[in-house]
Amino acid sequence: MKKEKTPLLRSSGFQNLLASLICVLGGLVVGFIVLLLIEPSGALKAILAIMTSFFRYPGKLMLKYFGQTLVRTVPLLMCSLSVLFAYKVGMFNIGVAGQYVAGACFSLYSALAWKLPWLPCLLIGMLAAGLLGAISGVLKTKCNVNIVISGIMLNWIMLYSTNLLLGKVKSPSSPYTLSLKGTNPKALLPSLGLDKLFFDEKSVTIAIPLSILIAVGVWFVLQKTKFGYELKATGYNYNAARYAGMKENWNVIITMFISGALAGLGAGMLYLTDISPWETTCASVPAMGFNGIAVAFLGGLSPIGSILSSFFIQYITTGGGFVDLQVYSSQISDLISSLIIYLCAFVAFFRFFIQARIERAEKKKAEADNANKTEEGGNAQ
Amino acid sequence: MENTPYAIEMINITKRFPGIVANDKVTLQLKRGEIHALLGENGAGKSTLMSVLFGMYQAEEGEIRKNGKKVKIDSPNDASALGIGMVHQHFKMVECFSVLENIILGVEDTKLGVLRKAKAREKVVELSKRYGLSVDPDAMIEDISVGMQQRTEILKMLYRDNEILIFDEPTAVLTPQEIEELLAIMRNLAAEGKSILFITHKLNEILAVADRCTVLRKGKYIGTVDVKDCTRAQLSRMMVGRDVEFAVQKEDAKPGETVLEVKDLCLASKRSKRNSVNNVSFTVRAGEIVCIAGIEGNGQSELVYGITGLEGVLSGSVHFCGEDITHATIRKRSLLGMSHIPEDRHKHGLVLDYTLEDNLVLQRYFEPEFTTRAGVLRRSNITAYAERLIDSFDVRSGQGAETVTRSMSGGNQQRAIIAREIDKDPRLLIAVQPTRGIDVGAIEYIHKQIVAERDSGKAVLLVSLELDEVMTVSDRILVMYEGEIVGELDPKTTTVEELGLYMAGVKREVKQ
Repeated sequence: MKKEKTPLLRSSGFQNLLASLICVLGGLVVGFIVLLLIEPSGALKAILAIMTSFFRYPGKLMLKYFGQTLVRTVPLLMCSLSVLFAYKVGMFNIGVAGQYVAGACFSLYSALAWKLPWLPCLLIGMLAAGLLGAISGVLKTKCNVNIVISGIMLNWIMLYSTNLLLGKVKSPSSPYTLSLKGTNPKALLPSLGLDKLFFDEKSVTIAIPLSILIAVGVWFVLQKTKFGYELKATGYNYNAARYAGMKENWNVIITMFISGALAGLGAGMLYLTDISPWETTCASVPAMGFNGIAVAFLGGLSPIGSILSSFFIQYITTGGGFVDLQVYSSQISDLISSLIIYLCAFVAFFRFFIQARIERAEKKKAEADNANKTEEGGNAQ
Repeated sequence: MENTPYAIEMINITKRFPGIVANDKVTLQLKRGEIHALLGENGAGKSTLMSVLFGMYQAEEGEIRKNGKKVKIDSPNDASALGIGMVHQHFKMVECFSVLENIILGVEDTKLGVLRKAKAREKVVELSKRYGLSVDPDAMIEDISVGMQQRTEILKMLYRDNEILIFDEPTAVLTPQEIEELLAIMRNLAAEGKSILFITHKLNEILAVADRCTVLRKGKYIGTVDVKDCTRAQLSRMMVGRDVEFAVQKEDAKPGETVLEVKDLCLASKRSKRNSVNNVSFTVRAGEIVCIAGIEGNGQSELVYGITGLEGVLSGSVHFCGEDITHATIRKRSLLGMSHIPEDRHKHGLVLDYTLEDNLVLQRYFEPEFTTRAGVLRRSNITAYAERLIDSFDVRSGQGAETVTRSMSGGNQQRAIIAREIDKDPRLLIAVQPTRGIDVGAIEYIHKQIVAERDSGKAVLLVSLELDEVMTVSDRILVMYEGEIVGELDPKTTTVEELGLYMAGVKREVKQ
């Protein structure tokens, strides 16, 4: 409507983008320094491997790796949507990691144990994760338990329950769950020919376009609907929402449900491609959920920004996998991406910094204008 | 240096914010030993000027002189080093500390890290005797009256040997009797050589106590006058820029059918075992303004929470237009025609991070005019509606309907709430301290709106701490003391003194 009046520098979208780019650059520089400290001779090669990622491979292989990167971007994007959705309603959903696990658990279990087709599997996983999120919401509204505390505890509860449950559908000789292809191919997400675009990479499925649609949907709900208006009002000012007759407690619970469901759906979208099985001996909550927090902030807490930032983080993570393991230990890729993610926490800081700079410049200009005006005013009289 | 009569001078101070000149060549000269009132509407630039004096903002132009010597105040620490102290409108104290501990907080005298209270205590007792500030140094802040808390704040400044004392709207929280005491204390302090800057919008108090008065309007310096040569009307004309009617013009009420009926209502208190509202019964009829008077914290807020549904009730009932709404949802009450101008506009009344237009539809965003059946907001309708309200209620803001509410002045935030609640066309308007922290011009406007609502047949329940407001606006007065209604008065026949006695719990009607 009146958007065109906002100058580019003032628009919050642009400021977010700028701040995010500064963080990314900073992360790469610090990462490079760390590589230099460990082993100077291979540092340049390693950082190039990370930055060029799958582009360093020739045509067909590149497409394949590109496809795999996209597949792994999907759950990351969904987790970041989960985080930002709750955040907009004033809650910090650190339980996203556990909700992601719940999604993985129930979509895999219903696929492997009950032999259901993919759609019910996806929905069951989503529902389970949503309910897990709603538990945090109920605890918050009924007993005033901090969302962060209950979230962290539920993360661990969920992890061990998952190991227990999926232990029933693992292969007898390894800690990994059975492959879908061998056990129940109906449960594999359909690709609708998308796999052909990526040199027959079978894991490329409808999950990719679907997740982008969901990101747009989240943006629409938060910005354009009555539901989003109520949720944000609850987040900004719980008491005012109550005063205005909104169902403020219900809003908290439903938000946590949706937030959890988004994460759970993300997990289903990854595990129902058969790209990797669940390891039933894993003793730590998968990093995917936590990375979602960083991605959400790197994306400036905007659903559309999250699409870009989740792809970027997955891109360098893939790149990290190509670092020469003769020179650096295999953890190096995690280290670099975690450095960048760590720097992402500064997005808000950089944004504040940029805004302060712009405001100072504008104030000076306004003062100059004002001085001119008062002079003119004086002349007129 | 000492030949100037002025303790502190602010000469031609100009302070600009983007898009607005908050102070435009403002001059304020405070003489030693005088009481100097600073008068101005909300947004006139009083707070900005004081923030400049306190080093919170730096002025672009102008200078500050102490005893004729130019000084630079870059931070609040500089200000206190210069002996400038302030009693804030909302006291800044640690509730679970004693009076003495609060006074010495920040300037504790210690030996090897151990507090030396005995010496501090001597000084506090000496000061309180000298200036007639009776306090009990060992009482806990949470146990003492508001008046004594304020005296503690004053002692805090004196303990720090401040020479220049700023009082920011000090009488807002006091009873009539306490106000008298405070004014006497101020005269005392001035007689002892302290210089006092008295920020207020209550003209009676200025006339009662101040020597001179500086008036600001819309950031501009209007003038400084000797109070003894001035009348109330002159001062208000300087402040508002036009003549102000003090007496609210209204005809006698013509009460119609009962709209609100409260019966034996009890609400639990969060702080103590006693009920915050105890067995309160009253009715409000269409076409009358019933005012609940009382000193802050005597259950008025809770009573309103009970009626509006913000808090659950313990027992008793609330009937609205014949319907039992004791346990109805807030939304239901709103839809039945209850409007509520809340006491705390930041806590309840507004979502400060929302735009003005989003706040203006806060009570009706769900109506078909603003939301499609599919649940999508009709943004253009919302904007159009907001612009109409902004126009007809003269809500001023930087970027119109798209202004973030947080950036608006208190008076305009209040106007926005009033616009929203009145435009709902309610059957009952509940207004809790609708003029709190608002300037004379806007008060006149709000009172007119409330009377207009009454005249159009609405029932009005007004909760107010301001005696002037209670006396001039209401048709019936109910006085609350410790959670109970202790008297019903007729504003035409009662006096401020009598009202004060009821409010202080000295007098009460015997219940039949």
